Amino acid sequence: MLGAATKRSAPEESKGEMADSRGVTATSTEPVTAVAGQPAKTIEARDVSLFYGDFQAVEGVSMTIEPNKVTALIGSSGCGKTTFLRSLNRMHELTPGARVEGGITLDGEDVYAPGVDPVAVRRLIGMVFQQPNPFPTMSIYDNVAAGLNLNAKRVSKTQKDAVVERSLRGAHLWDEVKDRLEKPGGSLSGGQQQRLCIARAIAVEPEVLLMDEPCSALDPVATLAIEDLIGELKSRYTIAIVTHNMQQAARASDVTAFFNIEGTGRPGHLVEVGPTQEIFTKPGKQETEDYVSGRFG
Amino acid sequence: MESASHPVHAGSVLKLDRGTGSLPGWATWAVLGGSAAVVATILLATGAFTVALTLVFGTMLSAIVLYAWSRAVEGPRRAMDRTMTLWIAAAFGLAMIPLFSLVFEVAKRGIPGLSAEFFTSDARGVVGGGGAAHAIVGTLVITAVATVISVPIGIMAAIYLNEYGTGRLRRALTFFVDVMTGIPSIVAGLFAYALFELFFGPGIRLGVMGSVALSVLMIPIVIRSAEEVLKIVPNHLREAAYALGTPKWKVIARIVLPTAFAGLITGVMIAIARIVGETAPLLVTTGVVDSMNTDPFNGRMQNLAVYAYNEYRSPGVMKQASYDKAWAAALTLIAIVMILNVAARLVYRRYKTEIR
Repeated sequence: MLGAATKRSAPEESKGEMADSRGVTATSTEPVTAVAGQPAKTIEARDVSLFYGDFQAVEGVSMTIEPNKVTALIGSSGCGKTTFLRSLNRMHELTPGARVEGGITLDGEDVYAPGVDPVAVRRLIGMVFQQPNPFPTMSIYDNVAAGLNLNAKRVSKTQKDAVVERSLRGAHLWDEVKDRLEKPGGSLSGGQQQRLCIARAIAVEPEVLLMDEPCSALDPVATLAIEDLIGELKSRYTIAIVTHNMQQAARASDVTAFFNIEGTGRPGHLVEVGPTQEIFTKPGKQETEDYVSGRFG
Repeated sequence: MESASHPVHAGSVLKLDRGTGSLPGWATWAVLGGSAAVVATILLATGAFTVALTLVFGTMLSAIVLYAWSRAVEGPRRAMDRTMTLWIAAAFGLAMIPLFSLVFEVAKRGIPGLSAEFFTSDARGVVGGGGAAHAIVGTLVITAVATVISVPIGIMAAIYLNEYGTGRLRRALTFFVDVMTGIPSIVAGLFAYALFELFFGPGIRLGVMGSVALSVLMIPIVIRSAEEVLKIVPNHLREAAYALGTPKWKVIARIVLPTAFAGLITGVMIAIARIVGETAPLLVTTGVVDSMNTDPFNGRMQNLAVYAYNEYRSPGVMKQASYDKAWAAALTLIAIVMILNVAARLVYRRYKTEIR
């Protein structure tokens, strides 16, 4: 199903199906190219366990990542947040020996179903990494257009120009780089590079954006810029963000999921998930309270 | 409480070895020059003066004098540092001697053999005269064909090993590539001969046979260097491309290879430099011939290494002229290798990618 579906042109009935499975009234809109405010998609994880060879990194995570909201994944180092995030768009399996158990669905469609092309999944679920990683051989322009160029879509120059401008504006980078689009991506500052990577990710118009500690290599000003951007992007995308910065989770997210680990060598697990406000003020579990209040971790 | 939060250092002594002074900047050079002068004087007095002896004893004397002087002024640690620096520089100089001596010797003996004729005419039907144009062209053609065969195979094999291969097969291939790097070049020549003999019968000699023989030597070098270069392409670039929904082959073709481009070219150039001077495999595959042949698929083909060997082995009636031409061929070969190396550096500088 996903293999054939080009983005946002998913068949009407599958949207309806999905809405039913969520128990929400169907709000299916005409499948057209990206329009602001269009409902994004829901990711649902059911009893997901993740392995690297014999080592189990994550155990039994079940949670829903809601559309048009920012879901923050917090927890101490090594508790499997990043691994879980990478399993959502099938990046986890790129590691040799990596395995996934359980089910992950995107609007009701199993992304791990046999016959589903991981490449198609990744076109729908984009990712921004911890280290800004623009392609060093490409200009700023080509970095943003990389998704189009690499995915063999026949796009005219005018269309491409439009996509690049829209994506760079979307990433709040346009004004800073519009006069030097032909310069290499590596010539930008760290914060600008990260926004360039976000522009690159949204240029392919994914449904979901996964962010793996996108601000951990950035200074506070650049971090604020990215957080503002995240707040804006959620109107169009489903966003999941891994962060070590609890202030960031509190500031930028709507839903927070707390992961923890019982000890070295043990798998990480989801402790609880809930509205950010609640997790930070009156969490359901002592563990969470200890962590968010800084008593450990 | 107050004193606890401000640990007092008053009683402790900072044991920094500041020495008592330092030698002037020209000290090392002065010691070297002075020692050389002293040694040279003594050797001249005893009548045993040579440049080599002056250098050897001069270095030893310098080491002793420098240590003593530095120890007296700067203390033992700095003195040891200076002595070691001197020894390391001397070791480097020693390693350079064979290189410079070789280049100097080849240039000295090769330049008399160089002439317009050497580069423009072949040696067909001439006695004692003639040039090496056929050998130069042959070297270039044979090497070019070998490169055309080896580079695609080598780089694709490296891509397999680095991007696709896993487990046992990968380990086995790596092992065999290592073994291939150590194949004696004559074996490669005999292999190519045996291969072509199967199809064309005994006594066959073709330029392309030489290229195949050289490919056997070149492929493992290309694989090894390309693999090293692909390895240093950071994984986060591959992941960034995957996250955009890019198929694997395109990640390799559009991200990994361009990022590694400069390194790949350098590796290829080095591999070419390594095989361009091969003699033994070409003796049994391309044969020896005096006339110009530009077609690798038809007839014998001369090349510089075999040419030099042949001029030396059977100089004919005008011995000195032949020897001169052998040295001139060697000089030309060194020049070709140097040009390739310079080209590799230029390409690297022009196309290198800043990889964090």
